[in-house]
Amino acid sequence: MLDTLIERIRAAHDSHTPLIIEGGGSKTFYGNPDEGEVLSTRKFTGVIDYQPKELVLTARAGTPLADIEALLAEQGQMLAFEPPHFGGAATLGGSIAAGLSGPRRPYAGAARDFVLGVRMIDGIGQPLRFGGQVIKNVAGYDVSRLMVGALGTLGLITEVSLKVLPKPAAETTLQFELDEAAAILKMNQWAGQPLPLSATSWHAGLLTVRLSGAASAVHAAHARLGGEALQDASAFWQRLRDQATPFFDKRPLWRLAVKPTTPPMKRGDAQWIEWGGAVRWLASDLSAATLREAAKTAGGHASLFRGDLLPTPLPHAGEGANVMPNAINDGAFAPLAPALATLHRALKQRFDPRGIFNRGRMYPDF
Amino acid sequence: MLHPAFVSRLRSLLPPHCVLNEREDLMPFESDGLAAYRNTPDVVVLPEDESQVAAVLQLCHAEKVAVVARGAGTGLAAGALPVDGAVLLVLAKLNRIKAIDPLARTAVVEPGVRNLAISEAVAPHNLYYAPDPSSQIACSIGGNVAENSGGVHCLKYGLTVHNILKLRALTIAGELLEIGSDALDAPGYDLLALMTGSEGMLAVITEITVKLLPRPQRAQVVLAAFDDVAKAGAAVGNIIAAGVVPAGLEMMDRLAIQAAEAFVHAGYPDCEALLLCEVDGVNEEVSADIYTVHQVLEASGAVEIRTADSEEQRLRFWAGRKAAFPAVGRLSPDYYCMDGTIPRAQLPHVLKRISEMSAECGLAVANVFHAGDGNLHPLILFDANQPGELAKAESFGGKILELCVEVGGTITGEHGVGLEKIRQMCVQFATPELVRFHDVKAAFDPDTLLNPGKAVPELHRCAEWGAMHVHGGQLPHPELPRF
Repeated sequence: MLDTLIERIRAAHDSHTPLIIEGGGSKTFYGNPDEGEVLSTRKFTGVIDYQPKELVLTARAGTPLADIEALLAEQGQMLAFEPPHFGGAATLGGSIAAGLSGPRRPYAGAARDFVLGVRMIDGIGQPLRFGGQVIKNVAGYDVSRLMVGALGTLGLITEVSLKVLPKPAAETTLQFELDEAAAILKMNQWAGQPLPLSATSWHAGLLTVRLSGAASAVHAAHARLGGEALQDASAFWQRLRDQATPFFDKRPLWRLAVKPTTPPMKRGDAQWIEWGGAVRWLASDLSAATLREAAKTAGGHASLFRGDLLPTPLPHAGEGANVMPNAINDGAFAPLAPALATLHRALKQRFDPRGIFNRGRMYPDF
Repeated sequence: MLHPAFVSRLRSLLPPHCVLNEREDLMPFESDGLAAYRNTPDVVVLPEDESQVAAVLQLCHAEKVAVVARGAGTGLAAGALPVDGAVLLVLAKLNRIKAIDPLARTAVVEPGVRNLAISEAVAPHNLYYAPDPSSQIACSIGGNVAENSGGVHCLKYGLTVHNILKLRALTIAGELLEIGSDALDAPGYDLLALMTGSEGMLAVITEITVKLLPRPQRAQVVLAAFDDVAKAGAAVGNIIAAGVVPAGLEMMDRLAIQAAEAFVHAGYPDCEALLLCEVDGVNEEVSADIYTVHQVLEASGAVEIRTADSEEQRLRFWAGRKAAFPAVGRLSPDYYCMDGTIPRAQLPHVLKRISEMSAECGLAVANVFHAGDGNLHPLILFDANQPGELAKAESFGGKILELCVEVGGTITGEHGVGLEKIRQMCVQFATPELVRFHDVKAAFDPDTLLNPGKAVPELHRCAEWGAMHVHGGQLPHPELPRF
């Protein structure tokens, strides 16, 4: 199977044929529209190695996340970055290529924080291996983490080694009626205290906080914080992780990643706050420029997470005056500063010289 | 040798006391923490702010003069070893803590700030910076980023890459890069990860935004003695399988225990292997974990278990481990510290092979092990005054690293490749992978002016060194001639 993938990529390289890498197809909405023949990883499945005592799991890219999570659960372990499934058959490879993480992210770490190594095929069809299966490894540049969130534009991930963690013995979710400003303040204050926080959310006047750890620790934190315990909390967090509530059906849906202490954006019910204040989901018709500027001022960046994008961007259409000489055209993701854009192009050119992988998915010009 | 006219131009860019080229001024910079590698720099510059760093880089770029960046000089892999004809760019004077935001739990610091100084500065807010390499009193945060430094607590709290948010860095052309953000991610490729651990090869860091964590409410340590190294190794896995992620999990073998005991009198039992398991966090969590750890250690065959019941005792338990390197130093005129990482399950096998190799080459080894994350520090005892012993120690060390790769591990867990382990890079990586590393370098530094000759070997060097990376049943570098 690996040989088939390599052959296919070599042929695409030779014929300059663009390829769209696809796993379970659960995140096709994410990023800019790309063009090309579908290269599926769906048949490239299987857990290659799982050593609970080493806290390390290695699996092929097409392995469904659900299978991996079930296997880990048998040993009382989990993927601590709580990757979204988005209701579909999300795969390991797709999750790592997209680099998305769920509610536990601010307290446990992101997808990139748990990647120990990858095997991949670059744009000329060479199989490569970076990182490994050990937790500490500083030999060579960290190309395995570079692949996380690169949306497949630097190569096809074929195998991933991840650090896994024990599942917490107990979890409790608490809810508090609080306005936006008070909720943001609480999320930040609590994160600076020794509390077993594992997720936070605020929407429509309700702050929801998950505590995870030893039963005694969760109990003590509950007593200290107060609040109402939420029944069926795991369903709440799963729906948030997978964006399976009506709020997330709104279009366009923007993701503003900001400094967590950023003051309220006062968007009422058209907003959902996550990650201790560091992510503000907005269902907003405000212009891309306005939202991008607001996120930038708040120390972060705005992405159009779900919404319609033009299939192919018109080069420099109309807005020539505002385009930086080297800036990447606008699209789903915030444009990069010229110096960073140059580096991105140089890396892309080296890993995928003919631009066959997911052309345009991350930035319209590669 | 750099041209005097070039040095004059450097002087025109910086205050007079910031450019050194008198021999006696250069001597302190001839090596980093790995003193076996020495080279007197041609010129040392110590800029005092980012604009001066940029000016130096622009000049070097224009004149195609190489630049070696250096922080506090505590590195252990000769990463900051001066290169002939290069400028040694010392960032120690960029040592300001520019901002602390207790609510957002971040600090903005210059690269020359010492690791421990960050935790000290934020202590009034009950916060700290988690990565704690053993040199944390002296090592600088810029160097930590360059090496992706870890420490005793990284199984639970991660390495430098997990604990920084944003960098300001200058390319060799003096162009500013702002990498990362004040949010939890940034658009585009994860250049923050790429920069972390890049050993001064890609860009020069001028500012770092670090994450701060709340200080744990409580920390407690359990000491366990074993009559067999393999049992101690198994106990490590059992603790983790029981669902505990210790804040620190350290192991020492007999020689290291004896050396430490003789040096600091920590009260360690006489045994084959010693485990120190520290748990921290919320009060109740610590109680629950200590109970579990105790049960597991007993079931794993520990011959003696002690739980520190006071902060004083906790520090005493740690004192022996923390003094292990200097303690071993007392046993022998010199020692050579290795830094491989292995899957923990391979520990008994690896220790056995190390002891066999030790017998073969006649040099003793003490083993100190960050057991939680599989990072092994064999200390090879030798006497540099005996002709040939340093070479023997280096060759033995190289074999240990190759053994680490053979069992699925890596040649460096936390010290970096630098110049020291550059040969073993040929063992760990195949040609196409090394080519991609050079590609990454070229994207940032097309003229190879930053820290040339370090971290990633030239392909023809791998062939000359004869390190054979057998990849897919084929010998590496079939395209290169062999001598």
